[in-house]
Amino acid sequence: MSSELTGLAYLIAAICFILALRGLSSPVTARRGNMVGIIGMVIAIGTTLASPGVLSYSWIIAGILIGGAIGTVIALKIQMTALPQLVAAFHSLVGLAAVFVASAALFAPEAYGIGIIGNIKTASLIEMSIGATIGAITFTGSLVAFAKLQGLVTGAPLVFPGQHPLNALLGIAGVALVAWFSVSESYTAYWALVALSLLLGFLIILPIGGADMPVVISMLNSYSGWAACGIGFTLGNSLLIITGALVGSSGAILSYIMCKGMNRSFFNVILGGFGAEADVAGQAAGGDRNVNRGSAEDAAFIMKNAAKVIIVPGYGMAVAQAQHALRELADTLKAEGVTVMYAIHPVAGRMPGHMNVLLAEANVPYDEVFELDEINHEFTTADVAYVIGANDVTNPAAKTDPASPIYGMPILDVEKATSVLFVKRSMASGYAGVDNELFFRDNTMMLFDDAKKMTEQILQALV
Amino acid sequence: MNPETIARAMEGAAAGTASQSLIMMFTVFVLAVFVGYYVVWNVTSALHSPLMSVTNAISSVIIVGALIAAGPADVGFSKIMGFIAVVLASVNIFGGFIVSQRMLQMFRKKD
Repeated sequence: MSSELTGLAYLIAAICFILALRGLSSPVTARRGNMVGIIGMVIAIGTTLASPGVLSYSWIIAGILIGGAIGTVIALKIQMTALPQLVAAFHSLVGLAAVFVASAALFAPEAYGIGIIGNIKTASLIEMSIGATIGAITFTGSLVAFAKLQGLVTGAPLVFPGQHPLNALLGIAGVALVAWFSVSESYTAYWALVALSLLLGFLIILPIGGADMPVVISMLNSYSGWAACGIGFTLGNSLLIITGALVGSSGAILSYIMCKGMNRSFFNVILGGFGAEADVAGQAAGGDRNVNRGSAEDAAFIMKNAAKVIIVPGYGMAVAQAQHALRELADTLKAEGVTVMYAIHPVAGRMPGHMNVLLAEANVPYDEVFELDEINHEFTTADVAYVIGANDVTNPAAKTDPASPIYGMPILDVEKATSVLFVKRSMASGYAGVDNELFFRDNTMMLFDDAKKMTEQILQALV
Repeated sequence: MNPETIARAMEGAAAGTASQSLIMMFTVFVLAVFVGYYVVWNVTSALHSPLMSVTNAISSVIIVGALIAAGPADVGFSKIMGFIAVVLASVNIFGGFIVSQRMLQMFRKKD
């Protein structure tokens, strides 16, 4: 295939990817968009296979079959609640693949037209080292994120003295290694850089707490894109550059949206340690205050007599797998003539849009699910706010208490509903380690139980 | 022939990677960031999870680089690197697109 034709085919593939993302502007067009993305990928792979440098197909076919089989099985079996860790694991693979491709280019530069061994163009060496660095950071960073989300290691932030100076030092050493490598093409410099980047990936994500994972996952999503970009520059491949840039900016925008949802700066999240010390103090404070404790029957009675119920799901719903019971509860209420809506905070769950997927999985129609800005004014006219597994995102301290760690965070105004029903397992505070004064209000009823069990009990009491 | 001549001769003719000037690549990069910026802000927040899995799948287009490394007839270090990268990227491509499709299938309107 001539290089003009190849370039054209890559352009078509790139356009397919842009259209795939464009499709996601609405659930109606999203499925078609995904199919267009698949077509783009087939074009990209087919074009590359037809290029003159690819002579032997047996390894390639074996590789695609092995990888494809693994990916297919995982994707078909994964539970939707485990989506965040799946995405983290997938990010790590992109990062690792970037490292391998950069290494392959270093040891066989003539295959990519960037020079010959011992005499690779300096620009290519710089691009190669940057691609490998970002790839390696993405790889280990995503592994840590995966381990935290999967519960293999504690989700609590891991902080130790001298952490930030150490990371800064490693960063500077990394820049020095890139410089050394690009003037010398030294393998020692290259592998040292890879090793250092792997270490840096661990260290960057370790201090970030489990509940900041929406930002971390988006950030790693962005990194995997920039890694692809770096490889694209190395290989002089515009398809990789375009795709990497799309993915990179997508991840960056998601990180921004998540940070805004918590009213925290990106650097504040990255530096980590949020909620680490506050936990103890927060729990002690609320100890002896009185709360209204309710039963499932009480909750059912209140809901049945309501005209409008707004459901506020949080990570606790995902943990308890309560989404199906919740939808049945909503159906029963709707049959009684009650209006039911769902309110989703941008940072509810462990990844952007996590709650929407779980509700969709339980067959909740997406036009009953609203985001913060759309629904916040509805709470004043709601009779019941049913808060299930969410906490900090409803805390009025975010508006009233400048000393609170969550001050300034946009919250769902559940307090404005006539009654607030909180499903919680205990009085423990949210991840920010702050007490929620809503628990102690007169119009609040606390329902202490597992989110799924409580929802099922209310359902039984209704019918 | 000195090495540089060989290197230059191989440029462009090399496997599917027509070498471009750095400034052209940078132009493409910056424009693509803009396209990404505007397209992604248009994505509805309800679909942010599928957005992550779709971007994850398409970022595995890095397989293009892996295929070139795995392509030569003789077995060497870079062919092995390329092979591993093909496997990793394939996990992602299949996994990413399939899980996206699974998610998107679930988003239904009220009937």
